[in-house]
Amino acid sequence: MNLAYRDIRHNLGRFLLTCFGLSLLLGVVLSMIGIYRGLVEDALTLVRTPGVDVWVVESGTRGPFAESSRIPGDTREAIARLQGVEAAGAVTYQSIETSHKGNKLRFYVVGYELGRPGGPDQIVSGRTIGRSRYEMVADRRARLALGEGIQLGRDTFTVVGLTDGQVSSGGDPVVYVTLRDSQELQFELAPPAARREIARGTAPGNTDTINAVVAHVSPNVPADSVVISARRWKHLAATTQAGQEHILTSSVVERARKQIGLFTAILLMVSAVIIALILYTMTMDKLREIATLKLIGASDRTIIGLILQQALAMGIFGFALGALLITTIKDFFPRRVVLQPEDGLALAAVVILVCVVSSGLGVRLALKVDPATALGG
Amino acid sequence: MIVSEVTRPAPLVQVHKVSKHFGEDETRVDALRDVSLEVSPGQVVALLGPSGSGKTTLLNVIGCILEPSSGRIILDGEVVYDGRWLRSDLRRLRLEKVGFIFQFHNLLPFLNSTDNVAVVLNLAGYAAAEAKRRAVELLDYLDVAHRRDAMPASLSGGEAQRVAIARALANHPRIILADEPTAALDSQRAGIVMDLLRKVAAEQDAAILAVTHDEKIFDRFDRIFHLRDGALETETSNVFG
Repeated sequence: MNLAYRDIRHNLGRFLLTCFGLSLLLGVVLSMIGIYRGLVEDALTLVRTPGVDVWVVESGTRGPFAESSRIPGDTREAIARLQGVEAAGAVTYQSIETSHKGNKLRFYVVGYELGRPGGPDQIVSGRTIGRSRYEMVADRRARLALGEGIQLGRDTFTVVGLTDGQVSSGGDPVVYVTLRDSQELQFELAPPAARREIARGTAPGNTDTINAVVAHVSPNVPADSVVISARRWKHLAATTQAGQEHILTSSVVERARKQIGLFTAILLMVSAVIIALILYTMTMDKLREIATLKLIGASDRTIIGLILQQALAMGIFGFALGALLITTIKDFFPRRVVLQPEDGLALAAVVILVCVVSSGLGVRLALKVDPATALGG
Repeated sequence: MIVSEVTRPAPLVQVHKVSKHFGEDETRVDALRDVSLEVSPGQVVALLGPSGSGKTTLLNVIGCILEPSSGRIILDGEVVYDGRWLRSDLRRLRLEKVGFIFQFHNLLPFLNSTDNVAVVLNLAGYAAAEAKRRAVELLDYLDVAHRRDAMPASLSGGEAQRVAIARALANHPRIILADEPTAALDSQRAGIVMDLLRKVAAEQDAAILAVTHDEKIFDRFDRIFHLRDGALETETSNVFG
């Protein structure tokens, strides 16, 4: 006869309500882990999309994602001529905010050279950019439709293709435009500013500037050798793809990772305290029954089993409900939530451990119950 | 002169010069003072006395819940206290030899009548089916089998107390300790419960010790012990019993 199961069945409504409350808490913990994973994945998606081996940026910077990087537009030709480089492309990256149909939209604009590395890797709807000007490929998260026109800077761009899952580390959807369009967006002065520059005798700025050059390296040549070659130019810095990913995860998302990690740890501690309090209260409610059980000959093992089994049932059921809840609603989060099985299993193990430790308070109370309290009024 | 010797059965409960005090020096309270009594098989005995006279303390001491300060206790021929607990596994002793009946029946609210009785047998290591069979048998014996699937909350006071008695009898104990077994019942149901206890004592050769204030059931006891200030004051043999 399983006393824990019978007690749960007898107070099923209360048990389910408690589990639901716990599931919300554990759901938040799980979503925090998922948000962190999403943050890293988002950041890495952008750096992995070009599918290149080498990144060349401005000397003294770790750009283009960690820091601002500006290099001359013709750097691409220089890199393309290095031994082992199969293809190279100039790219720009910038955040932009615009108004569209009365709403403010934020995009992460990637400029690339058509036919060269740096563009979108997969178009899920429509086509890639075919014209040299005023076409764009947008991510689905931008909520733009094919053929829709949107103003960026002083020009209107037409959406010709859609990607999926392309967002920046800040969560903004990525849009791809041609390098020339992006250079004008980023570097061309507005007419009043340009007129002022001419009036003070300074020529308007050269817009042939880029943020980075990305390069495919021949499979027979180590990427490191190309990096070493590129670094010989004193105005350039270069990293491999792995190095660029490391920069992103260790510096760009590091603070967010720590923040979320700390928040997750606090939530787990709160969960532990709440589980302990729930179990303590559940035990307090059963003191007379526990005293009766002891009086009629129940061993300490039976009493501990009763409390521990209920704690585990509550933890496992609460976790399962929380995981189901977050899996169902994760797509409605403004940031990507990536739920990985190993994270779920790790949290489940932590929850079980927390339940066992938290039940200690209830077990201690139960073991101290004097069987004599069952006698008398 | 002819002396006739009558063979008397060995007492099931032997309490010899048992004392129990709480606290020391100025805070010392003597709950029991040199109490001695014996209860034989088949006897139904009452412990009577005003509040604080030591009735429940004596019941706790005999039930191996409370360690006496001095004296000697023998239950069913087994010395369990002789200046110190001699039987280390008191929990097992309670399970094997003693059945408890409470004032408010103390049925486990999450088990039905049958399982409330069967739980004692499960704790004693009986197989589930065997425990259930014995539980139903006991409920039938106490005329409450028709409520075998009922939860305690839906039982009347008398039914609940009969289920509680069935639980106390589940493991064939020879000593039954009852704490105000009829306090929560009206006089008619109190009479029925006491008749049941007398039937159990007679048919199962058990000794029953009950703490009570209930004057309307005094005539159902074979002997009545009066306690005052922790000491056994008088013993009355019931002429109606």
